[in-house]
Amino acid sequence: MTASDSTSAPKTALILGATSDIARAIAHRLAGDGYALQLAARDPERLAREVADIALRFDVPVSVHQFDVLAPDGGVALLDALPVLPDIAVSAVGLLGDQQENQQNPAAAERVMRTNYLGPAAVFAALANRFEARGSGVLVGISSVAGDRGRASNYVYGSAKAGFTAFLSGLRQRLARRGVQVLTVKPGFVRTRMTDSLDLPGVLTAAPETVARAVSKAIRRRRDVIHVLPVWRAVMLGIRLIPEPLFKRLGPRNTGKN
Amino acid sequence: MKLAGWGRYPVAECEVVEGRAHQDVAAAIGQEGTLIPRGNGRSYGDAALNPRLTLSMQSMNRLRSFDRDTGVLRCEAGVLLADILSVFVPRGWFPPVVPGTKFVTVGGMIAADVHGKNHPDSGTFGRHVISLELVRADGTGARCSRTEAPELFQATLGGMGLTGVILSAAIQLVPTETAFFRKETRVARDLDATLALFEDSGGWTHCVAWIDCLASGGGRGRAVLSRGRPAAIADLPVELQSSPLQARSRKGGRIAGIIPPGALRRGTVRLANAARYRRSVADVGPKLVPYDPFLFPLDGFGDWNRLYGRRGLVQYQCVVPEQNAARGLQALLDRVGASPASPFLAVLKRFGAAGEGLMSFPMAGYTLALDFPVARETLDLIPELDRITAEHGGRVYLAKDASASPSAIRAGYRHLDAFDALRTGSGARQKFSSALSERLAL
Repeated sequence: MTASDSTSAPKTALILGATSDIARAIAHRLAGDGYALQLAARDPERLAREVADIALRFDVPVSVHQFDVLAPDGGVALLDALPVLPDIAVSAVGLLGDQQENQQNPAAAERVMRTNYLGPAAVFAALANRFEARGSGVLVGISSVAGDRGRASNYVYGSAKAGFTAFLSGLRQRLARRGVQVLTVKPGFVRTRMTDSLDLPGVLTAAPETVARAVSKAIRRRRDVIHVLPVWRAVMLGIRLIPEPLFKRLGPRNTGKN
Repeated sequence: MKLAGWGRYPVAECEVVEGRAHQDVAAAIGQEGTLIPRGNGRSYGDAALNPRLTLSMQSMNRLRSFDRDTGVLRCEAGVLLADILSVFVPRGWFPPVVPGTKFVTVGGMIAADVHGKNHPDSGTFGRHVISLELVRADGTGARCSRTEAPELFQATLGGMGLTGVILSAAIQLVPTETAFFRKETRVARDLDATLALFEDSGGWTHCVAWIDCLASGGGRGRAVLSRGRPAAIADLPVELQSSPLQARSRKGGRIAGIIPPGALRRGTVRLANAARYRRSVADVGPKLVPYDPFLFPLDGFGDWNRLYGRRGLVQYQCVVPEQNAARGLQALLDRVGASPASPFLAVLKRFGAAGEGLMSFPMAGYTLALDFPVARETLDLIPELDRITAEHGGRVYLAKDASASPSAIRAGYRHLDAFDALRTGSGARQKFSSALSERLAL
């Protein structure tokens, strides 16, 4: 089904954090599905290339909007500035940060927590109210398997994603009978700019395009929570089942030989 | 990370940086040591490998603008031909020259100055490049075209990435009425008959012959020639005339999942070749085919390069000038026939006059491409083929090459001195190098 099948006016999708690789792939997929796009990012000038590219490739209207996920207004200024309330809103905002730095520097940790949880939750809260009032809408939150269990290597990032996952879960239950779909996406490893410096295992790593395809399909099928690669469901089930006394011993060793 | 070309031979451990924007390219150039830009990795040998630094341009893949009146497309160098086709064919525009796969980048097509089955008619891809934006050895950008920095422009067409990093280009698309080709097939019992068919194919823009090199006895050298031209709306059956630009494009398959790697053996290929020839004898009539299987038949098989086994494949592609074509090609085929090496695929195309690129491969004559599995007997044979090519005034295609010697290249590329001088003068020689350029002392 394309967006134009159900109504005559094109439907609109808002992408928050539109400069990321996953955001770009999702933007392409939704534009290919026929959605007009609203691209929002902290630095809209970086989106100039995307606007020309998407408009040429997919022949859909594309607009660009300034949006800082750390702004104190929680995205209200952005929503008020949008020409139309979108049918779909995707949060692809994310900041991995550096775990070592996050352990030493509270400001760095707070930035990771705010970027991955407080900021996206605030703008989704405002969008949820508007979608609820309208009686329709889709909220797509890109969360992470890192939020399923805190691990020594990335628990600052993971705890923020855990918060976002729980927020989306609650929002979904609240809006279940209000015509609003809330979709939680747990991509697993994705080969992007954020992970350029990491050595990722091939079978567990998805391309941004694979994430986008899964998101588009999950929207059409009104899914609740998706893992992009099914193998991650099994991996995270296993990780969650490990008893805590054992789990804590599986962490990195800080003494002895390296 | 371990990198190789499409032939999966040779393999090199390369430092890889992803160029996502102009700044990344400038920063990579600013680093100590040499680098080579890389597109989608579809050159066969070692042209897009540099162990010190290989700059992947796949992420520089934005379309910038398209002029509906003139057909001029501006885009970044990492844009795939497949994307250009999927966006612009439904709007009635076609790239005038395409190679045998659509999974190549614009930058790669310029760097190899690729040709298609319509070279006599349309020349190389470079002929349709209006201008390009190049980042030079000092990190600065330069626009070059036939009027701005024309020497740099000519050196960059076919320059294998050795003059700088192509950031973007303006290319000319041509209008098309349909997404289909009219095609017909002819069979020929030997090389002379095949060449006669090429010469007798006036009015057909696209021609390619497949040669059976493995048949025994008198069958060796028999060929199947396909020729085609873009279909007009009037050529289409009525049911297609209402949407003439919609041809269902196939997805790239995953042949390696179906057929075990290394399944190609002399015996199996000989049988398949014989079946193909017999089928073609029985089926020579005209046909209407979508552009995709006509222009990119192997793309339908996905990663077919894996069929050649763990050690990979080498493709030997050379051109023999018109006046020596019959003799030179026969000598090459005879030499191949006398060797234990097994060319599983042999393809012959005709070339028109050479273009303007200093290092461009095509020249008026015939080009023969032979796909071999990598093996001792293959690597022993190739220098022999190089010698025969040189004796007949021809040259080998750098985008396919994995093993030629510096002297074999010097003999074939007459403008190499000018290319060297330009690279030395601009500092490109100290900055841009690949495993290929080091092997060939370019």
